[in-house]
Amino acid sequence: MKTGYDILIVGIGGQGTILASNILGEACLIEGRPVKGAETHGMAQRGGSVESHIRIDGRFGPLIAPGTADLIISFDLLEALRYAHYLKAGGEIFTNCAMVIPTSVYTQGVQLPEEAEIRKRLDHQNTCYIEADRLAQEAGSILSRNVVMMGAASGSIPLGNESLRAAVAKLVPPKTVDVNLKAYDIGRDAGRECGKSHRSA
Amino acid sequence: MQTRYLLGNEAIAHGCLESSFDVACGYPGTPSSEVIDVLRVQRERTYYVEWSVNEKVALECALAAAWCGVRALCTMKHVGLNVAADPLMTSAYTGVTGGLVILSADDPYAHSSQNEQDSRCYAHFARIPCLDPSSVQEAHDMVKDAFGLSEEFKLPVLFRPTTRICHSKGDVILGDISTTIRKGEFVRDPRQYVVIPAHTRVLHKKLNEKQPAIKKRLIELGYNTCMVRGEKAVIASGIAAAYVQEILPANVSFMKIGAYPIDEEWLKEFVRMHREVLVVEELAPVVEEVVRQVAGSVTVYGKTDGHSPYEGELSAAATARIFNSCGFETAVKFPEQSPAAEVPPRPPILCAGCMHRPVFYAMKKVFRDGIFPSDIGCYTLGLQLGAVDTTICMGASVTVASGIMHSGEERDIVATIGDSTFLHTGIQGLLNAVYNGAKLTLVILDNRITAMTGHQPNPTTGLTAVGVPTPPVSLEAICRACGVSLVETVDPYDLVGLTAAFRDVKERPGVKVIIARQTCVITARRAGLKRGHYQVDQDACTSCGLCIKFGCPAIERVGEKAHINDLCSGCGVCTHICPAAAIHREAGR
Ligand code: SF4
Ligand code: SF4
Repeated sequence: MKTGYDILIVGIGGQGTILASNILGEACLIEGRPVKGAETHGMAQRGGSVESHIRIDGRFGPLIAPGTADLIISFDLLEALRYAHYLKAGGEIFTNCAMVIPTSVYTQGVQLPEEAEIRKRLDHQNTCYIEADRLAQEAGSILSRNVVMMGAASGSIPLGNESLRAAVAKLVPPKTVDVNLKAYDIGRDAGRECGKSHRSA
Repeated sequence: MQTRYLLGNEAIAHGCLESSFDVACGYPGTPSSEVIDVLRVQRERTYYVEWSVNEKVALECALAAAWCGVRALCTMKHVGLNVAADPLMTSAYTGVTGGLVILSADDPYAHSSQNEQDSRCYAHFARIPCLDPSSVQEAHDMVKDAFGLSEEFKLPVLFRPTTRICHSKGDVILGDISTTIRKGEFVRDPRQYVVIPAHTRVLHKKLNEKQPAIKKRLIELGYNTCMVRGEKAVIASGIAAAYVQEILPANVSFMKIGAYPIDEEWLKEFVRMHREVLVVEELAPVVEEVVRQVAGSVTVYGKTDGHSPYEGELSAAATARIFNSCGFETAVKFPEQSPAAEVPPRPPILCAGCMHRPVFYAMKKVFRDGIFPSDIGCYTLGLQLGAVDTTICMGASVTVASGIMHSGEERDIVATIGDSTFLHTGIQGLLNAVYNGAKLTLVILDNRITAMTGHQPNPTTGLTAVGVPTPPVSLEAICRACGVSLVETVDPYDLVGLTAAFRDVKERPGVKVIIARQTCVITARRAGLKRGHYQVDQDACTSCGLCIKFGCPAIERVGEKAHINDLCSGCGVCTHICPAAAIHREAGR
């Protein structure tokens, strides 16, 4: 029987997926819950597609199987599509609506699907589109994009809001705590708004 | 005691701190690098730690420390163990006094490696104990025990985590950092440490005599355990044990293997209690072979009969497919899901402003018809730019170049190698090329750091692993000492000078070396270097697309025209590529 709650965080190397997974891990520690995770390190981080698996209440291996993730958090629209098959039926996706165009599109002429088409292909899932780049700027730094996204998804994560905020405050560089907490809160509001509309839709 | 959410390698490093090791040596290699990266910055315990220049050097250094009675750790990735195989095999004969743990991290699925070899085979080959953890917590606990085990049997212990242990995370219960400090003392004993034939024959016999007791002890330590629950059984090792436990029905027996060599009598007793036994393990059929030896008439499923793959990594879902293939039920069912079609790939790429890109650009321009052997590092990504024709192992750029040339191939050969890889095993190849009269060009991509594995310092950096200043080695002097008469150093950001250097060496005989020297953009950024930012004059841009083909991730197409985004690190190379001179440094940044 599937136990626990499985979250896949995806993005591009350098966007802070590892920090995001650490926030979840730390929040689990705060709540005394077991957690397992797996992530991409090494060369693949150089601007490549990266994934972090986090299994809250996880007791076995660190990897989430395709078709079984409860939640996908994506820092890039195209990456949401790349990993959407990990979602279980009835799971949720929170994705940044911005997209970085892979260099392969320029150098090798690979065809890039239109943004509208990507959305169409994601829309049959419960998908929330978050303007994470704009909201991160609003919070004070584009670098807080990852924390905006964690805030946005936080309403769906089975961890307390206070535990998640405490984890953010503990893990981000000391000088950026205020910016990041603001990013988290802005993200949380945006996620709540979006959650309402996609549930009513 | 405390619980923390840690990366596998961080947990392993902490386990070492708890078990009072005194010396750590290693060469960076994914997925092993973070162990020393953690140990070289923590201040809670004093010990000696170094980044060695290669794995053979690291192991010999750690071995000698263990001979002197202190505890030593040696880390590397699986292919590094090939480089260290020479001392490894005989270290089992000489044995150790202080505990010696050799961490060799395997990489099933070759996430970041040139092959999928299985370090357990080396342990079997050398006849030393091997520990194979199934979780982050177990990795922490095992490495802690490994030093004691090594001292008990006076043998090096091979510790073999895989990528999904090293780069997994979990809540880990940690112990206290040990305060025991040992001081090494070399006790002269030629019969132990001088392996002339007369001594080594005796040592070999002693090594073999140790084996039965090791097998018994590994069961007592609880690494190899079993539960009898039905007529069918699954035997799994390492992380595969975690995948099996996730899907195992309650009426199937289970044996977990975490340590080798396996006691055949104990195994036989378990196997023969069942009608059918399935063995699940990643990579080589190490456990399966022993199971088949003891199985008698019991049916055994595994790799040799095609149920389980030899290659790649497992997962709970992949393990469920193996179960299904041989008629075993699973407690969890996984949906069949395939990735969305037509999503453009996003492979890793060289950073914006990476010095390797202009080198490859100029090299390809001057040597249109050239052959480009390369090596292992970030620059292997030059494959995407058509600038990498071969890579096989560390240091094999210049040797492969020699071999191609001596085969009679007449085209120009230009090999590329990074600073760290050159110092690892490239020097011998260069020496050999000069000595034997090769005709080739070697480009040393010198960014003064071991970048790909996470920016570890090396002898060109000017700092040791722990940040102590040390004179940076002169690559020019090394090349000249190898007998190279033409050694030219260039700044790869100066595309004009770089191209001229390539044109110059093209016409000359013998072995020529170009040293392209520029800081890695990531270390430069960390050091606070700001070069400003470039932009495209939209009126001057003719939409020719040449700068976009250069492949810098900071240059994109917006509409018809080129545009430079925030990733720009200010190397300025693209200004030399644009034929319309439309790229300029942004004012005021
Ligand atoms: S990390 Fe350094 S060497 Fe590697 S691609 Fe980036 S700039 Fe180049
Ligand atoms: S100056 Fe040009 S080539 Fe260099 S990083 Fe910026 S955009 Fe890329």
